Amino acid sequence: MRFMMLMIPKGYESAAPGTLPEADAVATMMKYNEALQNAGVLLALDGLHPPSMGARVHFAGGKPSVTDGPFAEAKEVLGGYWMIEVKSREEAIAWAMRCPASDNEVIEIRQVMDMADFPEDVQQAAAGFDEMRQPARDVP
Amino acid sequence: MTAADIQRTVGAVWRIESPRLIAGLMRLVRDLGIAEECAQDALVAALEHWPASGVPDNPGAWLMAAAKRRAIDRLRRDQLLMRKHDALVHALEETLEQASFGAEAALDDPFDDDLLRLVFVACHPLLSTEARVALTLRLLGGLTTEEIARAFLVPEPTIAQRIVRAKRSLAEKGVPFEVPRGDALGERLASVLEVLYLIFNEGYSATAGEDWMRPALCEDAMRLGRVLAGLMPQEPEVHGLLALMELQASRAQARTDADGTPVLLLDQNRARWDRLLIGRGLVGLARAEKLGGALGPYALQAAIAACHARAATAEATDWPRIAALYAELARVVPSPVVELNRAVAVAMAAGPQAGLDIADALRETPALAHYHLLPAVRGDLLAKLGRGAEARSAFEEAAALTRNVRERDLLLRRARDCA
Repeated sequence: MRFMMLMIPKGYESAAPGTLPEADAVATMMKYNEALQNAGVLLALDGLHPPSMGARVHFAGGKPSVTDGPFAEAKEVLGGYWMIEVKSREEAIAWAMRCPASDNEVIEIRQVMDMADFPEDVQQAAAGFDEMRQPARDVP
Repeated sequence: MTAADIQRTVGAVWRIESPRLIAGLMRLVRDLGIAEECAQDALVAALEHWPASGVPDNPGAWLMAAAKRRAIDRLRRDQLLMRKHDALVHALEETLEQASFGAEAALDDPFDDDLLRLVFVACHPLLSTEARVALTLRLLGGLTTEEIARAFLVPEPTIAQRIVRAKRSLAEKGVPFEVPRGDALGERLASVLEVLYLIFNEGYSATAGEDWMRPALCEDAMRLGRVLAGLMPQEPEVHGLLALMELQASRAQARTDADGTPVLLLDQNRARWDRLLIGRGLVGLARAEKLGGALGPYALQAAIAACHARAATAEATDWPRIAALYAELARVVPSPVVELNRAVAVAMAAGPQAGLDIADALRETPALAHYHLLPAVRGDLLAKLGRGAEARSAFEEAAALTRNVRERDLLLRRARDCA
């Protein structure tokens, strides 16, 4: 089963555009990433630029509207993620506990949904949606 | 944390730590049975201590220290061997003193050769394939005997026996705890890769039963493949096999419809293919090719799987390239089954007659005498050529050869559809 480990660094919600982690923090984290990779559990990982460089699209009233970052209302924002494939929720937690994170950081663990988790009617609805996304077959 | 929470946590830590733990102990005690027993003793100690003391900061180092203490106790208990093992006990105690418990130290711990040695011991060719599979899942995958038994739909005592006998054979034959060198390496590595691919296929092949553990076997095989790719980054076939497994697994969700009926590759909904695994598989294949392994049997099969993965629609499939890759594969590992696959690819690339010529040439091959897919392929190609009567008898022949009810129904339906 797949889990996302979501890194939530406190203070990142107000970080200036272009803020990057320190070199020694990156070096320590690289060792952790290597440990995940060597254990065969790491599928993907990425770090995210601060919200001050991003934007939010709101759908209040059913109409999209855009707010540029930083977002005054955000108390916690993502700094990055790891996608891992492990045997259990406990194993995902055990891996998160090994992260050399600093005391302003939180890792949230979330299981990735699998089609098999859904009842059959939802699966069929999703399959229909997938068909719609398929490129039309008769177009050369 | 409740006692049940602790137990699950210990189980998870075991899954993470046991391969390295057993590998590290193996170097010290040189006996798989003793190494595993000491590791399990350490696990029991963890189950006793952690509920009261909490899970330590570095559970791996804790387990290793506990396991080494058990190893020392064991060696001391045995009075007869005491003198002989004096030096060993001393060495063990020294490493125990050096044990570090910082979380940082755990990450610093280099992925040393011990784990790779353990891989080669578990997959030693003197063991039967079944024994290699069971031992690999147990020692390197961190699976329990019960989990292995469930995955392979066999009784637990059978697996337990298999593992005990395998460990005994390794000890009796004095199999050294080492990574083979020189000419032996290629052959021994082939044995390791075979075991991983067998585990993968056991999970991937749509055999009877809807046991939820079976897709997990694919994940176990891929996890072991990734571990091996980290241990042997210069071996192209390791990357080739991992790429092959990831590319095949990327189609897992699309291979059956909502009621479990198999969906053929060309009919699959490609939007349900796993893009993450496809991306990883393509990168792995490129790595294998860059390392000079483009013509390895696994890399070639991965390259064929990659042709499908790259095609946005079934119609966009690069059949000439697939046919050429099968020709290459048939040259590297000659096999009538590969040749039959080539016939299908050639038919897609150059028309049914060209494919039928290849398939017809296989009719006298004894190895395919009872292989239902040969007449099934011939039936399909004959039908496309408008040779209805011949197609019908080919489909009927195929239906009589298959043991799968669903497949037989399909073949008989196709036979009836022939004019």
